[in-house]
Amino acid sequence: MSRKYTALACAALLATMTACGGSDSSTSARPASPAAAPDAKKVDASTAATITGKVLLEGTPPPNPVITMLADPVCASLNKGNVTSEAFVVDNGRLANVFVYIKDGLGNKYVFDTPTEPVTLNQKGCHYVPHVAGVRVAQPFDITNSDDTLHNVHAMPDRNLEFNMGQPVPGLKNTVTFTAPEVMIPFKCDVHKWMNAYIGVVDHPYFAVSGRDGTFELKTIPPGTYTIEAWHEKLGRQTQTVTLGAKDAKEITFTFKVQG
Amino acid sequence: MIWHHRYVKLVTVCTVLLIAAGGMVTSTASGLSVPDWPTTYGWNMFMFPLSKMVGGIRYEHSHRLIASSVGFMTILMAAWTWWVDPRRWVRRLGFAALGAVILQGVLGGITVLFLLPAPISIGHAGLAQLFFCLTLTLALVTSPGWKTAAAPVDDPMLRRVATATTLIIYIQILVGATMRHTQAGLAIPDFPYAFGHLLPPVWSAKIAIHFAHRVGALIVTLAILATTSHVFSHHRGRGELMRPALLLLLFLSTQVTLGAFVVWSHMDPVINTVHVVNGALVLGTSLVLTLRSCQVSMLGSRVRGFTGSPVHGLTGAEARP
Repeated sequence: MSRKYTALACAALLATMTACGGSDSSTSARPASPAAAPDAKKVDASTAATITGKVLLEGTPPPNPVITMLADPVCASLNKGNVTSEAFVVDNGRLANVFVYIKDGLGNKYVFDTPTEPVTLNQKGCHYVPHVAGVRVAQPFDITNSDDTLHNVHAMPDRNLEFNMGQPVPGLKNTVTFTAPEVMIPFKCDVHKWMNAYIGVVDHPYFAVSGRDGTFELKTIPPGTYTIEAWHEKLGRQTQTVTLGAKDAKEITFTFKVQG
Repeated sequence: MIWHHRYVKLVTVCTVLLIAAGGMVTSTASGLSVPDWPTTYGWNMFMFPLSKMVGGIRYEHSHRLIASSVGFMTILMAAWTWWVDPRRWVRRLGFAALGAVILQGVLGGITVLFLLPAPISIGHAGLAQLFFCLTLTLALVTSPGWKTAAAPVDDPMLRRVATATTLIIYIQILVGATMRHTQAGLAIPDFPYAFGHLLPPVWSAKIAIHFAHRVGALIVTLAILATTSHVFSHHRGRGELMRPALLLLLFLSTQVTLGAFVVWSHMDPVINTVHVVNGALVLGTSLVLTLRSCQVSMLGSRVRGFTGSPVHGLTGAEARP
């Protein structure tokens, strides 16, 4: 009997270790968002509307912390001069790296094709590029390493499954998918503490990241009333309600404020 | 036998180094900087290039290498103890240490593969201290001083209070480990007050864990004061008890000071790690005091009550069957 139990325990341990050993091709996730209604339809492009906008910052943001890369000579050699974190990228009051998306209002009335083109998160110069990005549920998400040093990619979602994978040499690529909407998923490298990125996972195509000029655009939106959310890693979230008629082109502005 | 004892002491010292290395891994949040196990980024652990030990890998991989070395040393320690020590319980202690270090390695690997779940990481931290206690016990009971003890102290009250103190310290270490592995180290950001009050005005799970560790420190302090007071008042002439008692007070005051600085420094990794290591030393010193207070009972019933000439060699109860 004891031999039988020992064999069972070994098998269980082996299975556990195999299951936890990581994968270089995909990452499973918890159940996806609710499916579209049976009568859900594609968006009619002829009546679709557009939202354009900008993200402003009022006040003087705290200086981005200076990054010391002495822990890794490769990173230090790739980053000469004063390197800072990317928390506040502000140009003339315009705030970059804000994730803007339709949070509510689409319901399950529409179906959207899932893009097969991957979104890429690259590790370059010991930074994540881009720092903030969006990806669709089930869309391929490539993680690549362009650096001649070791990185680990540690995603810390709440709704999707957490993963941690190593990319010890340049040129490596891992492709993962997310099956549940989640805004935002923090990514970090435990080797290089300063490396972090944020990925927004949504189940529709209406998302954007504000550029260096603080602008963004959401296109081909069906008429309706929507809650638009803007997320910033330090300044939190803001929402606005927007009602769109057929072929409307509305402009909105999010204004974040900092003390001081 | 003396070389065996010296070797066991070496293993014990290396275990303290291993605890320090583990403390640095947690304090620098480097536990997942090497995502695979038992390999390191696909390399055999022992073939991993030194040039690639950068950033958090330096802490995590060093911890693995030191742990492996201690593991190999423990194999030798268990075998050597079995070979040279005629006391059955001591030989079993050697194998218990070996079992503990193997389990510890597996726990360390699993916690990496499962992305540091708190229960496994806390178990890893708790077992580290138990393994240290095992090696320290072996070091003590294989020492010439132990085996040739002249009239070991037979004081039931000391046995009780010292044993209770050691248990309390261990529980406090477990609470501390829970605090570390649930990221509750700064849940209360000020010291000695809690959000400016004696009691936290707001509560959450993390605040409760953090506050429990502070209350635990108070209980540990009282327990250690009770033990050491007893030693000072009843066994002032016993060097083998006075030395650990004094050392215990020194480590305790150091530990409380370090705990305060952990908060004031916003969890500086080095201070945090020294706090962990010193915690192990508090536990170890209390254990030595406890073992010496229990020496009479451990030597066997035939020796109990013996207060005359020195106890040389081994009793029948301890001899190899």
